[in-house]
Amino acid sequence: MFQITKRDELPTWQGVLIRIGSILAGVLLASFIIAILGFDPVKTFAALIGGSFGSSSALINTVTIAIPLAITALGLAIAFRMKFWNIGGEGQIIMGCVFATFVSHNMPASTPGVVLILLMGVAGFLGGAIWALIPGLFRVYLRTNETLFTLMMNYIALCIVQYLHFVLWRDPAAKGFPKIKAIQEQAHLPMLFGVHIGFIVAIVLGVLVFLLIRKTKLGFEIRVVGESAPTANYAGINVRQVMLTGVILSGGIVGLAGMVKLAGAVYTLSPSITGNAGFTAIVIAWLSNLSAPIMLVVSVLIAALEQGSQVIQIKLNVPSAVAAVIQGLILMSALGGEFFLRYRIVRRKREQSKSQKGDA
Amino acid sequence: MDTSFVIATFIASAIAYSVSLLLGTLGELLTERAGHVNLGVEGMMLMGGACGYVTAVKTDNLLLALFAAAAGAALGALLYAILTVTLRANQNVSGLALTTFGAGLANTLGSTVAKSNTPDHITAFFSFHPFSLGDVQNPILRFLNVSLLSHDVFVYASILLAVFLSWFLFKTKEGLSLRMVGENPAAADASGVNVTRIKYMYILIGGMLCGLGGLYIPLVLQRTWHADITAGKGWIVVALVIFVRWHPIKAIGGAFVFGALSIVGMTIQQFTQISSLVIFNQYIMVMYPYVLTIIVLVITYARKKAWRGPSSVGNSYFREER
Repeated sequence: MFQITKRDELPTWQGVLIRIGSILAGVLLASFIIAILGFDPVKTFAALIGGSFGSSSALINTVTIAIPLAITALGLAIAFRMKFWNIGGEGQIIMGCVFATFVSHNMPASTPGVVLILLMGVAGFLGGAIWALIPGLFRVYLRTNETLFTLMMNYIALCIVQYLHFVLWRDPAAKGFPKIKAIQEQAHLPMLFGVHIGFIVAIVLGVLVFLLIRKTKLGFEIRVVGESAPTANYAGINVRQVMLTGVILSGGIVGLAGMVKLAGAVYTLSPSITGNAGFTAIVIAWLSNLSAPIMLVVSVLIAALEQGSQVIQIKLNVPSAVAAVIQGLILMSALGGEFFLRYRIVRRKREQSKSQKGDA
Repeated sequence: MDTSFVIATFIASAIAYSVSLLLGTLGELLTERAGHVNLGVEGMMLMGGACGYVTAVKTDNLLLALFAAAAGAALGALLYAILTVTLRANQNVSGLALTTFGAGLANTLGSTVAKSNTPDHITAFFSFHPFSLGDVQNPILRFLNVSLLSHDVFVYASILLAVFLSWFLFKTKEGLSLRMVGENPAAADASGVNVTRIKYMYILIGGMLCGLGGLYIPLVLQRTWHADITAGKGWIVVALVIFVRWHPIKAIGGAFVFGALSIVGMTIQQFTQISSLVIFNQYIMVMYPYVLTIIVLVITYARKKAWRGPSSVGNSYFREER
């Protein structure tokens, strides 16, 4: 006779052990599927690791992919803390890029780089914040389900950028090829150690978000609202105001992630600019238990999978989509593993079941 | 240009386009009726599409292909069910993980048949239109013939399925149990309904329907496979379920409206005076289904007495907590 009961707090080392164990289980499952698909799992994983960390150029690529993922996850996590399901990261990234591109296109070429970059950063923040604030206002005042609203906002943003790409902002100089004009050259983010300085932005934001949640009054209020809105209300917290502030910060940081990717890596706004970062970051935030420092690390690991996927395609002729299979499986087993953090399976004999009450 | 013919062809292509949306919507609707919102529809449609299409190309057997599509997508749904029903993981994140996994698996499998076309026997089956009037002269009959009557068996079968599911959901005991689990699993449990069985069963059936919807895209609409062939239809489905307010019959109309809005921009391009207006631009028009969904969503939640869908959606059920 098995029975499932809720656990009390686990010692930290046990929690870490369970998490590592479930991720390893995911790797094993993924190896199994890779083998079924007819590829060599050991070689595939070796090539994945080598292709993402093995050389300095690989490492640079990995970090470059990780930057927007990390910033997006940091932003989304603020909303998740309030149990505001912001799954509109895709749309907020796009709108951040649209606003930043607009600024770059409309500033004179004589604008100094620093000024232009700062203005674009502000614009990126605004773009993302507005895109998150719209569902936020409806959630706060009309109780509209924000999960579905933010999801829809992704597609509206995608349609807008397609319209800009194919019609409104189409660059006539591109000779019939649909393309938006690249941002001004002095707006490109400077490089440090071969990577654009977006990685510093990510680290600084990681520290700031950590401090915001742990050390400030707003962070405390955000956590209380997330635990229980009625309790927060009873404690005299202005739930609406806290929630809207949190949503603006969340969307704004995600928009900034878009601006950083635009000015640091791709330089041109296009419909495929997000590279799915808005969805991947949700998973990163969740896997990291919404902890800012862990998010930075997990982003690099997920980015390594994406970077390595190119290498396995070239070197081993393994389709790059296999990396998505691995990512999905590791995620699922990490999610499944959380069960063992929260519950435990108690085995008890029938005759004892009455005297023992869930405590063994 | 013969305007009525253009309109009739447009309606016909909108119907063909909306079949996969309808099947996916019916699947996700059953899942949500059991209290689970599965954001993995896109992944399941891709898995179903890839498994079914690979089988179709290798065997040229439609039944095997349909079976493979349902089985492939059901595998994805099973993973989701284990995570969210048994292990009580967060539904949103589990669904997103399923989409990542499903898309990866589908694109890996599908790359083996990327240059193939739908084989002859299956193409022949789908070019058979049971209600077609043939070559008619009467303009009204011709309009009806082109727009509504010249479709394959699959189209009419999926509409019948929607009707059947309405009857099932609202007129049978099993349908009542399903709705009860979605509304109040604790009450259902207390009245002797096996909550876990119902949840697993309808998450799996829901996945199968998504898989069949996914198969229709490479098999009939595109007649070949390429990566990410569903192109976001799985996400439209999530919107559609709200748009039709969890009702199978309304899903027929809803899927048609969304299908029509998705392709109307291209038809309108033939009329240059209209399409030069921004609001009728094809890239702007594809936005309307999502705007429409938001409006429906806002109205649904703003009305005090309105039903907001199965109330246990999103929460996992733990007997000891009831």
